[in-house]
Amino acid sequence: MCGIVGLFLKDKSLEPQLGSMLSQMLISLSDRGPDSAGIAIYGAPSGHEAKITIQSAKPERDFVGLDAELAKAIGAPVSIAVKSTHAVVRTTHDKIDEARETIRALRPDIRIMGAGDVVEIYKEVGLPEAVVDRFDVRSMTGTHGIGHTRMATESAVTTMGAHPFSTGADQCLVHNGSLSNHNNVRRELIREGMTFETENDTEVAAAYLSSQMAHGKNLGEALEGTLSDLDGFFTFVVGTKNGFGVVRDPIACKPAVMAETDQYVAFGSEYRALTKLPGIDSARVWEPEPATVYFWEH
Amino acid sequence: MPAINVSKALDQGHVQDQASRAFDLAEAPLRELNQALHNLTPGSNQTAWEVLNPKGSHSVAVGVDQPITIDVRGSVGYYCGGMNDGSTITVHGSAGPGVGENMMSGSIIVKGDASQYAGATGRGGLLVIEGNASSRCGISMKGIDIVVHGNIGHMSAFMAQSGNLVVLGDAGDALGDSIYEARLFVRGKVGSLGADCIAKEMRPEHLELLQGLLDRAGVTGVKAAEFKRYGSARTLYNFNIDNADAY
Repeated sequence: MCGIVGLFLKDKSLEPQLGSMLSQMLISLSDRGPDSAGIAIYGAPSGHEAKITIQSAKPERDFVGLDAELAKAIGAPVSIAVKSTHAVVRTTHDKIDEARETIRALRPDIRIMGAGDVVEIYKEVGLPEAVVDRFDVRSMTGTHGIGHTRMATESAVTTMGAHPFSTGADQCLVHNGSLSNHNNVRRELIREGMTFETENDTEVAAAYLSSQMAHGKNLGEALEGTLSDLDGFFTFVVGTKNGFGVVRDPIACKPAVMAETDQYVAFGSEYRALTKLPGIDSARVWEPEPATVYFWEH
Repeated sequence: MPAINVSKALDQGHVQDQASRAFDLAEAPLRELNQALHNLTPGSNQTAWEVLNPKGSHSVAVGVDQPITIDVRGSVGYYCGGMNDGSTITVHGSAGPGVGENMMSGSIIVKGDASQYAGATGRGGLLVIEGNASSRCGISMKGIDIVVHGNIGHMSAFMAQSGNLVVLGDAGDALGDSIYEARLFVRGKVGSLGADCIAKEMRPEHLELLQGLLDRAGVTGVKAAEFKRYGSARTLYNFNIDNADAY
């Protein structure tokens, strides 16, 4: 099954509540997927800094002293904010790629969850409520976010197999469904120079979109491409630095419902994910059409 | 019974007597509601039920087999009214996937929209969607009557075997794909017809049948003559190598 949610705020006054709204939406869909859960939150840009969300199964070993070692190695200021098994590393924009490579060299067991100017990604094995509590997601603020609770059908139940998958700066994707041509698409993307962390089909979809956008397509055009190039069942919900998109395959057997008010656009696998949003009783609620791209940008 | 919230129902202006019961899903679990409905026996005086705060719950009023009325105040999730046998269920909101799946008799009225496969495999009774229905409406229907005031999505009435599907709006692609014997009446546009589904002549008996369905579904101001009829060309009943591409 899997459960996916997304929330794109139009009304700035709701931004302090983004984490709590998204957490509640995701928890309401816990019984759609008990294997793992994850959330990506797009916060406010912080001037000259960019950030990398990292994960380690041994945070007490891997995160301690990393900031000083990393700062020395790349010759730029570095800060680390640790949250349980995850940490957000901040450094200057121009050093972000170097920092990423250096982290891998300094701490080979660390996994990169995602990187960019605004995105932070938290995902672990377990139910949504446990994941949300562990990373204190409810207190997070931001402009938009996506979340996923997984019932594994492709690849292992591991932290890296959890969604969201992030394959480009500030880009991430959650998926309900299964792809049948992911091995072929993965091979083509590897030929283009993309790298993969897992055997997961969803990571291929994320990388496909990153590749399309790297070739100059906007989010809407990239999502349009999934309809001809990806084969299988999918409902994708995608975040970019300033955008939020939804697309379903032409068969559209995976459930989806959306709501829009003057304050937000919300997505849920089921209506019950939306029932506690403000003004939902008077919102425009609809089921996204198959093979139709929906996207919003700030 | 903890499930009966008399004071709350009275606060909201409902008349609470032996014949009517309000059940608030914000205060009692769904399992208690469905158990109370299943406990009803023939001749029970509790003939009018109201369900409050469904908030997208799954399986509301599934498996009811007594001639009672159930008013659901809000939107429901999966399978509302599934297997209904004789009750009249009104959803004052929208319904999730599989509303009225495998209904036997009685009726279900959805005031809002319905999600995928509304009325799937239904064997009898009447399902009315006052808004739009989504894809696969009436898939594998086996005798149910479905009336949709708005539009329906793609692959509706796929492998339909018996019954009537009435659509006042438009139908999506592949309507009636691999249909056996059901009658499909569409007033608006049809995206495309599925394998072995064809437009058919509206004979007097069809106009009469359709008018009866429109009347039962509370449709006014619409004439049976405004619809086109679709049904099975019956070329896929027996395997014929010439039809291989159509399967």
